[in-house]
Amino acid sequence: MTTKSKTLPAASAGLDWNLAGAAAAWRRRLKGLTLPLLAIALLESAVRLGWLPAHQMPAPSEILLTLQDLAAGSLWTHIGASSARVFGGFAIGASLALLVAAWVGLSREAEAYLEPTFAALRAIPSLAWVPLLLLWLGIDETSKVVLIAIGAFFPVYLNAVAAIRNIDRKLVEVGQMYSFGPARLARRILLPAALPGLFTGLRSGLSLAWMFLVAAELIAATKGLGYLLTDGRETSRPDVVLASIIVLALLGKLSDGLLAALEQRSLAWRDAFTGQGKEERT
Amino acid sequence: MSQPLLDIRVERKTFADTPVLQNVHLQLGEREVVSLLGPSGCGKSTLLRIVAGLEREFRGQLQRSAEGEQVAYVFQEPRLMPWLTVAENIGFADDRGYDRARVNRLIGEVGLEGFADTLPKQLSGGMAQRVAIARGLYSRPQVLLLDEPFSAVDAFTRMKLQDLLLELAQRHAIALLLVTHDIDEALYLSDRVLVMGSRPSSVRQELVVDLPRPRDRRDPALAALKAEALTELQLAHVI
Repeated sequence: MTTKSKTLPAASAGLDWNLAGAAAAWRRRLKGLTLPLLAIALLESAVRLGWLPAHQMPAPSEILLTLQDLAAGSLWTHIGASSARVFGGFAIGASLALLVAAWVGLSREAEAYLEPTFAALRAIPSLAWVPLLLLWLGIDETSKVVLIAIGAFFPVYLNAVAAIRNIDRKLVEVGQMYSFGPARLARRILLPAALPGLFTGLRSGLSLAWMFLVAAELIAATKGLGYLLTDGRETSRPDVVLASIIVLALLGKLSDGLLAALEQRSLAWRDAFTGQGKEERT
Repeated sequence: MSQPLLDIRVERKTFADTPVLQNVHLQLGEREVVSLLGPSGCGKSTLLRIVAGLEREFRGQLQRSAEGEQVAYVFQEPRLMPWLTVAENIGFADDRGYDRARVNRLIGEVGLEGFADTLPKQLSGGMAQRVAIARGLYSRPQVLLLDEPFSAVDAFTRMKLQDLLLELAQRHAIALLLVTHDIDEALYLSDRVLVMGSRPSSVRQELVVDLPRPRDRRDPALAALKAEALTELQLAHVI
């Protein structure tokens, strides 16, 4: 045992360290805000000085006012409709993907039967399903949720299969040494070992779910943020379009943030490279 | 030796038609320490995996009076679950409801007091291997199988871990079967050293180390035995 490693866990406790960590975290956030704030200030002055035509590029302050107007009116209905579609579609797509991936990942037999089919289906650009879904399922909720589920399925499926196949054989052997059965092996070793890859898949699946939501709502919808985008274009209101884009970005970031926080909590054990630089990581 | 804990006879073991082991007979008695000494790739690890039951395809027979969980295995690398703390790793055989008192006692015995809630990523190589040994001892085995357990740590840590291993074997009254390519380690630890030759390998020589413990690493008797082992390894064209 080296003396160096003896000091490790003791040093990570203590209030001072926590305070310093929180301060460093705030400094990081401020650095991240620099570029957006600069861009907003630049746009605002460019529009006010008349360098950009206001009827095409509304000033940020005007977009903010539009957002306020929308928030007093129908915005929440649109957000509610869009969020329900995304989470419904994502839940269905991701759960199916995890099930199929567990099957394919754990059994070579299942892989031989299923993998070629899924590889072929994956080759279809997912938006090509749109006309078919409209024909089969009509233009109501079902077709939108199914489209989003298809979009979320493949990233989750691919990452989950890769995660299972990347599990260290040496750890699995430890389970064999204890004569673990399949269920216990899955619970004690395979699932925790595959978790990092599963989270990667879930997060990219979620971002694709938002993408497909917009596609679905642009085509046919009477409410939702995609409908708001179309509406803004048809009524020549770039401020509405930009406001919708901002709301979509916020929602996407928020939902990804929730998953990221969950990931951070469950994967604190990872011993991974966290980037270089003089800044303290938190 | 009255009733051996382990009695294994491998007539032939091949990997893709290449013979690895041929006519190997090995017995391990209660509380006995035996080393398999040989060069890398001579099949000694394969022999250990056969004893552990991890390798089932071979011609021959394996008799263990110690059944199932009575045999524990310490791998060359610590192979700790990175998502479990030191204590959870040691009690790994029993899921969440592991025997906390026993785990704490083992943590003390391997000299890791205060590290119960540490994650493996914060441990040095030597500390991780201590955890691996404690995990092996947790299920109360009669035999501990060790596959080059100290080959990845520095020479000083290795000597400390060797003494720790002997002390633990004594305290828990268990037998050790150890694979190593370190002649000094084999002679220092063992009651018997089995020198193995190259492929297809068999036991070329059995050295009985009849010295009381604790042994002195500078003991001339150990040096004499080392010379004998070296001669045999030279005859086997492995050095």
